[in-house]
Amino acid sequence: MTLFIEQCLNGLQFGLLLFMLAAGLTLVFGIMDLVNLAHGSLYMVGAYFAATFAAWTGSFVLGAILALGATLMVGMAVEVIAMRRLYGRDHLDHVLGTFGLILFFDEAVRLIWGPEGLSLPLPSWLNRSIQILPGFQYSAYKFSIIVVTLVVAGFLYALVMRTRIGMLIRAGASNREMVGALGVNIKLLYTLVFGLGAALAGLAGLMQAPILTVQIGMGENILILAFVVTVIGGIGSVRGALVAALLVGFIDTLGRAYLPNILNAILSPEAASTAAPALSSMLIYLLMAVVLIVKPEGLFAAGQK
Amino acid sequence: MMPALTVRNIVVAVLLVALALLPLYAQLAHDRFLLTLFTRIVILAMAAVSLNLILGFGGMMSFGHAAYLGIGGYAVGMLAHEHVYSGFVQWPVALGASALFALVIGALSLRTRGVYFIMITLAFAQMAYYVVSGIARYGGDDGLTIYKRSQFVAPLDLSNKTQFYYVCLVLLFGAIYLVWRLINSRFGLALQGIRSNELRMRAIGFPTYRYRLTAFVIAGTLCGLAGALLANHTDFVSPAMMYWTRSGDLIIMVVLGGMGSAIGPVIGAVALLVLEETLSGITEYWQIILGPLLLLVVLFARGGIDGLLMKVGRRQDDEVRS
Repeated sequence: MTLFIEQCLNGLQFGLLLFMLAAGLTLVFGIMDLVNLAHGSLYMVGAYFAATFAAWTGSFVLGAILALGATLMVGMAVEVIAMRRLYGRDHLDHVLGTFGLILFFDEAVRLIWGPEGLSLPLPSWLNRSIQILPGFQYSAYKFSIIVVTLVVAGFLYALVMRTRIGMLIRAGASNREMVGALGVNIKLLYTLVFGLGAALAGLAGLMQAPILTVQIGMGENILILAFVVTVIGGIGSVRGALVAALLVGFIDTLGRAYLPNILNAILSPEAASTAAPALSSMLIYLLMAVVLIVKPEGLFAAGQK
Repeated sequence: MMPALTVRNIVVAVLLVALALLPLYAQLAHDRFLLTLFTRIVILAMAAVSLNLILGFGGMMSFGHAAYLGIGGYAVGMLAHEHVYSGFVQWPVALGASALFALVIGALSLRTRGVYFIMITLAFAQMAYYVVSGIARYGGDDGLTIYKRSQFVAPLDLSNKTQFYYVCLVLLFGAIYLVWRLINSRFGLALQGIRSNELRMRAIGFPTYRYRLTAFVIAGTLCGLAGALLANHTDFVSPAMMYWTRSGDLIIMVVLGGMGSAIGPVIGAVALLVLEETLSGITEYWQIILGPLLLLVVLFARGGIDGLLMKVGRRQDDEVRS
């Protein structure tokens, strides 16, 4: 039972982390109509910055804050230099242009930090287990990820639904020309939104950094998962991204944990050990296929186009 | 009809003749590497030609085309691992498996449009990648070495590098011819009509979904053949063959070469791979140049190399006329 609770918390943590990525992706798509493959690169850059700044300052939290700011700057710079020129082009151009950016980022990181990965050690106050329920221990760091992502998700909700900038963002998503015609500085708004998406990706990257190694290409695998989340949730919908991210997080984590046992009960041990890894990595794609058959526009399709 | 003698047609003709005579030059110059490089280029060009059928003429932005390379390759690799070496078995299995995968993926993905389609084809291809990585019997992550190339009847020997190159080249020309015939047929014209305005095509009575799915399956099958060739070329298959960046490479070849003609992707494949080879000779960090270069092509050279060549031709025509 404790194992099951732990796996559920792992699923929740992974789902919320995916939400950080998918939210940025879906915001940028919903508002700028831009497909950004380089989103995963910002995740990677966030992790590299965090590892570097934490080593410089000697403090994990300070390093993370600096990294967040730096990723925000990188994101806005990318928007001003490259992305801005891609708005209004067709999606094929977006895919190619941002694919070029991925090559650039991967190579730039290799040039600056070298081909070996970095590691980001946890401070001792995070690197232990805490008792969150009577008789139930859980990793303090993973628990703090859950707390931080929940706070950020709440902040995002408040920002989009309750502030003036959020109002402009929502207005921009439903009719760009009209918002521009009403005298809003659309260019600045786009730069800000792109920077926000970059910062969210960077946050996900730096939080994942102590758990995984910080390495080149780390953003690419999780980018595909973020795509799956966006497709399931409905492109352009932040609420859909949240629901889909949690769904994918739970199914992926629980599938990897329990599918081998379930298959063992049904199949011969040999067949089960062959099928389990393949099948558990297929689960979320099967989920996506089912969603597509039932609702081709995703669970929470945004009401545009 | 004789093709007109434009700059672009001359360049294409020179390219095709150069590809045909390459083994001769490699032999004379004792350059074994050149032959290996160009065998690879010819095989990937074939994959790009197949992608162009759906991307260029069908308007379907598939980001999962490398999956068929992997499936075709693994069909050859797995059968060889089970000691089935006959190409008469291996290749049809490779084609059949790719066609089946394309049918299932296409049937699902073509229910959607635009960005969804890009992301879904990408995700399904990545699923195939993870599944193959998970199969321990066939090497999993590490891949699978192929100890014997596909066996055909006596005079044909794929282990002979020159013979193998010509097999690939003939199949590439066959693929170009097939795509060219297709796009000029009723089927192809309908497909291009659907690309421009699907609603209108449906309104005048074309079953658009079926047309697009058929094109999707043909392209997948053709790419599966390229996969079978690639496995024979490298004597090795690994999940990396179907990693999503490979799909990106194929799209780059198509766009760089030009989507407007059946031959464009061949120009793109030659240009991209020769460029990669040259840049990696200059610096270890060649992708830092290639990345921004791609962005520049997207921003300033729409229509690709083929498009530029045609533009040069048109300008000349204008000068002659005036």
